[in-house]
Amino acid sequence: MTLEFRNVVKRVGAEVHIHETNVAFASEGFNILLGTTLAGKTSLMQLMAGLERPTSGEIWFNGRDVTGVSVQKRNVSMVHQQFINYPNFSVFDNIASPLRVAREPRAEIKRRVGQVAEMMRLSAMLDRKPNELSGGQQQRTALARALVKDSDLILLDEPLANLDYKLREELRDELPLLFKDRGCTVIYATTEPTEALLLGGHTATMHEGRITQFGPTAEIYRRPAGLRTARVFSDPPINTAGVTKKGTRFIFNNRVGWDAQGARAELPDGNYTLGIRPHHVTLDHTGPDTVELEGTVLVTELSGSESVVHFEIDGQTWISQSHGIHPFKIGAAARFHMDIEKSKLFDRDDKLVAA
Amino acid sequence: MNNKTAYPKAWLFVLPVVALVAFNALIPLMTVVNYSVQETFGNNVFFFEGVKWFEEVLNSERFHASLLRQLAFTGIILAIEIPLGVAIALTMPARGIWASVCLVLMALPLLIPWNVVGAMWNIFALPEIGLLGQMINGMGIDYNFTQQPMAAWFTTILMDVWHWTSLVVLLAYAGLRSIPDAYYQAAKIDGASGWAVFRYIQLPKMKRVLTIAVLLRFMDSFMIYTEPFVLTGGGPGNATTFLSIDLVKIALGQFDLGPAAAMSLIYFLIVLLLSWVFYTLMMRDEEQ
Repeated sequence: MTLEFRNVVKRVGAEVHIHETNVAFASEGFNILLGTTLAGKTSLMQLMAGLERPTSGEIWFNGRDVTGVSVQKRNVSMVHQQFINYPNFSVFDNIASPLRVAREPRAEIKRRVGQVAEMMRLSAMLDRKPNELSGGQQQRTALARALVKDSDLILLDEPLANLDYKLREELRDELPLLFKDRGCTVIYATTEPTEALLLGGHTATMHEGRITQFGPTAEIYRRPAGLRTARVFSDPPINTAGVTKKGTRFIFNNRVGWDAQGARAELPDGNYTLGIRPHHVTLDHTGPDTVELEGTVLVTELSGSESVVHFEIDGQTWISQSHGIHPFKIGAAARFHMDIEKSKLFDRDDKLVAA
Repeated sequence: MNNKTAYPKAWLFVLPVVALVAFNALIPLMTVVNYSVQETFGNNVFFFEGVKWFEEVLNSERFHASLLRQLAFTGIILAIEIPLGVAIALTMPARGIWASVCLVLMALPLLIPWNVVGAMWNIFALPEIGLLGQMINGMGIDYNFTQQPMAAWFTTILMDVWHWTSLVVLLAYAGLRSIPDAYYQAAKIDGASGWAVFRYIQLPKMKRVLTIAVLLRFMDSFMIYTEPFVLTGGGPGNATTFLSIDLVKIALGQFDLGPAAAMSLIYFLIVLLLSWVFYTLMMRDEEQ
């Protein structure tokens, strides 16, 4: 099962919703669309489902051009962020609805609904109506509806976004198991980088209607091809700073400098952008190659075992993420240690030159 | 944790509401109750009569006839306005400039004072000078709402449909717009037909607003007075004498205060009872 976009463009009126896109999604594991709201994740999914036609370009599925094929003939399932179920159908009838449209025999419907309900832990509430269920159970019902038919393509559009934290974690753990060995392509849209990392598989990072990069999730996280991708795939946001290379040294802000190590020493002299994730800018020494920064504290967010400190150096805001609780007063001076080995360097075109 | 303290001054805060409700509802209602159990021959002399007026009203053929006319009228306009309102709401555009244009056009009839609506339709339907009257007669149909009971009913119903279908449209439209697009997408992916989308998504999602629409239209039409009063004055004969027109005739025309008061109370109880029945029936599923 392969899903491929060839030169796909989607325009609505004068607005471009999807810029020219060429991508072949993986047939195993999750394909994650990662991007902020309005990055084009839902537009892309609607093209995949056949709910919308591309303005130009082709969509191929299993070696077949499906660009003009209607939704009903594509054998897709979709789960939305909102809990979408037929309001006056029981859970059983809701799950059975795609099978009934396909005119499956009664006994077969009963067997398959029972099986999926068991898997989704809904067996006890098959007679209930959606509004008598909790949010988690409603979304399970919607998932069951997507699973009950043997779809070739399953689209999950931020399915966990409206659930509370606990339920989200629980379902997130179950999801990869549910779709394992089904032989279908799974697309999963999310706004959260952490979710992408937890689900694994492949990730396409999206920004303003473009896929900035596609590849194995861990690979993209470690080696984002450009600054854009690095920004999309970092939460809290990645820190960036202009640095200058002169000889064997990097200089930041005319004051702080450090020696270029390994391959970085080979780079030509000039201006670069340094990108470093907040958890590599810490309050305590971690690696052997740390560079000290002095800043003024703006805000401190303390969560259970972590401190996220926003600070300022010469008018530019930085974020540091450290273990332990470190309360700071606003305006206090603090020292931070940047693990320079973990930083990424981008050239003047924002392309990755060293990771 | 049950440490309530007596705070007598709190009554002061409730006082305005109590006064308002008293002057607004309780005192007028009690006056009516007072009249309904007494007989007077003027000069402010009253005799207690018990339930005599209630028995008289409930046994009067005139009341039965008015009530029947009222039920028929309300039944007919509900049967027309609710489906028609939903149908119009379904065809209205969801967004863009035309949505606003449609909404304004729809709201217009609701902004016209009731007696003006009556006067408008009176002139509009007059067989000699009215556009509608001329048109119908021009088609070879003998039509004169001031003389033919059927024509009077037809005109009254048409007027009410014109005046009030918009309310149903606006409510149904609001209900439709509150359905997220994702529902339609999900139905499309399921391969649901247009009828199935209406029956299993739109209708259930509109249920609450439609309940309100039915209740409002029921109560309003059951108490209709101004428009038929201006249009037909209850005639020809008694053909369009609905309950409130009849009530006013008894109370102010004949000045039979006792029977009129008794009839008011019965009228009030019927509206209350039927509203409750409608509400309970339509909300039956929600309660379970």
